[in-house]
Amino acid sequence: MAEMYFTKEHEWIKVTGATGKVGISEHAAHELGDITFVELPKVGKTVKQFDVLAAIESVKAASDIFAPLSGKVLAVNEDLDTTPETVNESAEEKAWMVELEISDSAELKNLMTQDQYNEFLKTL
Amino acid sequence: MAEQTTATPLNSRHRDLKALMAPFGGWDMPIQYEGIIAEHAWCRQKAALFDICHMGEFIFQGDFEAGGLEDVFTFSVKTIPVGRSRYGFLLNEQGGIIDDLIVFRLSEDKVMVVVNAATAANDYAVISQRLKGGAFTNITDQTGKLDIQGPLAREVMVSAFGEQVAAIPYFKFITMDILGVEAIVSRTGYTGELGYEIFIPADKVCQLWDLLLKDERVKPAGLGARDVLRLEVGYSLYGSDIDEVTTPLEAGLGAFVNFDKNFVGKEALLRQKQEGVAKQKIAFRVSSRRSPRHHYEILSDGRPVGSVTSGVFSPMLGCGIGIGFAAAGEYPLGMPLTICHERVSMEAVVCELPFYDNGSLRS
Repeated sequence: MAEMYFTKEHEWIKVTGATGKVGISEHAAHELGDITFVELPKVGKTVKQFDVLAAIESVKAASDIFAPLSGKVLAVNEDLDTTPETVNESAEEKAWMVELEISDSAELKNLMTQDQYNEFLKTL
Repeated sequence: MAEQTTATPLNSRHRDLKALMAPFGGWDMPIQYEGIIAEHAWCRQKAALFDICHMGEFIFQGDFEAGGLEDVFTFSVKTIPVGRSRYGFLLNEQGGIIDDLIVFRLSEDKVMVVVNAATAANDYAVISQRLKGGAFTNITDQTGKLDIQGPLAREVMVSAFGEQVAAIPYFKFITMDILGVEAIVSRTGYTGELGYEIFIPADKVCQLWDLLLKDERVKPAGLGARDVLRLEVGYSLYGSDIDEVTTPLEAGLGAFVNFDKNFVGKEALLRQKQEGVAKQKIAFRVSSRRSPRHHYEILSDGRPVGSVTSGVFSPMLGCGIGIGFAAAGEYPLGMPLTICHERVSMEAVVCELPFYDNGSLRS
């Protein structure tokens, strides 16, 4: 079963074995408001943990999306090019943005579990 | 430190509707209710209701020429027919825009001046100083203002207040009884759609809001949607696109300046006409859904030429749109530009205003 981990910047990664799908949390999508644009990385790009991975824009703001873990981009969700509003409708399911090949699962210790993230949201 | 803000009479209504609130021009205003895109679409397709109580209203009563009012604005007040309104500017001596505003000719010797919220107190002081007579009163606190905008606005207004509303042409207004008090209903707005601005005593505005929202064709819309709507039709936002260091000529708004009369700032504008402007407004369309934003840099051939003053993602066009100011020069339609900010870079082309011209405004 896939485990979900979160960053303090509100990205999530759903880890399945050596790969993980990345997106932003429902909380983040709600805070951003109507999403109008998602900039996805090129397949094959390698990123370090917490480097800029993608970008997102809403009617209100432009924000960077950071890589929850180091890895290589295996796939991107191209549906978001034409229907970025999917992020508002299904931030933690359909609106995955990037699939990463995880290079170091030890980095998971720098992320929050779902329960820890829920607690973290209460402190904001 | 929290910004000190004033609440409109509708503040608790907005909170009941779970609106996202934010300070705007010194007021605590609703930015969105269900969402900016949905509210924008509702305004373009049905009828949207906006709380605009934050805007300022002044009354002048007296002789327009002897009282000095005729020389205050860039347009003539005395030639506005009773029952009509006119848009233009209050300028400083350098020709910079202190505010953009609308004057409503209420009667032979009486007008209402409607100004932006953030500038209202200063406008009142400046105009007072320039007047030589007549009575000039700030009625902002006693005045409520609602805008109802959208292709169905006329039908909604007729259902609520009768046939007399149906005949009001664009930039004309009537005074009529609403909820037992005298109200002004004006065919003006800030969205590019058919619509009305309603001025009513502040203590009746909640009742009017409730009455209009009872109509299922009407939904509330916040300042977020209003900003997208106004930019799509190319209207300037005071404080972003125009300000005290920008003249109407630089802003491409010379059509609202009457050089056949006197006004403060005329000499500066005449000089600018002769010597040419140093900067000019340009409009552009982005090649993606990316949104230009205030202060982003505008480049042409890799060279910085200016900066963005307003930008949004346009739901009607499906791409980013923006206006900005650039060093005076040639910016022909279709000319490629790059809009940059930190890591963000987007390709754009110079285009015409308005970006969107299919609204119900004059229908």
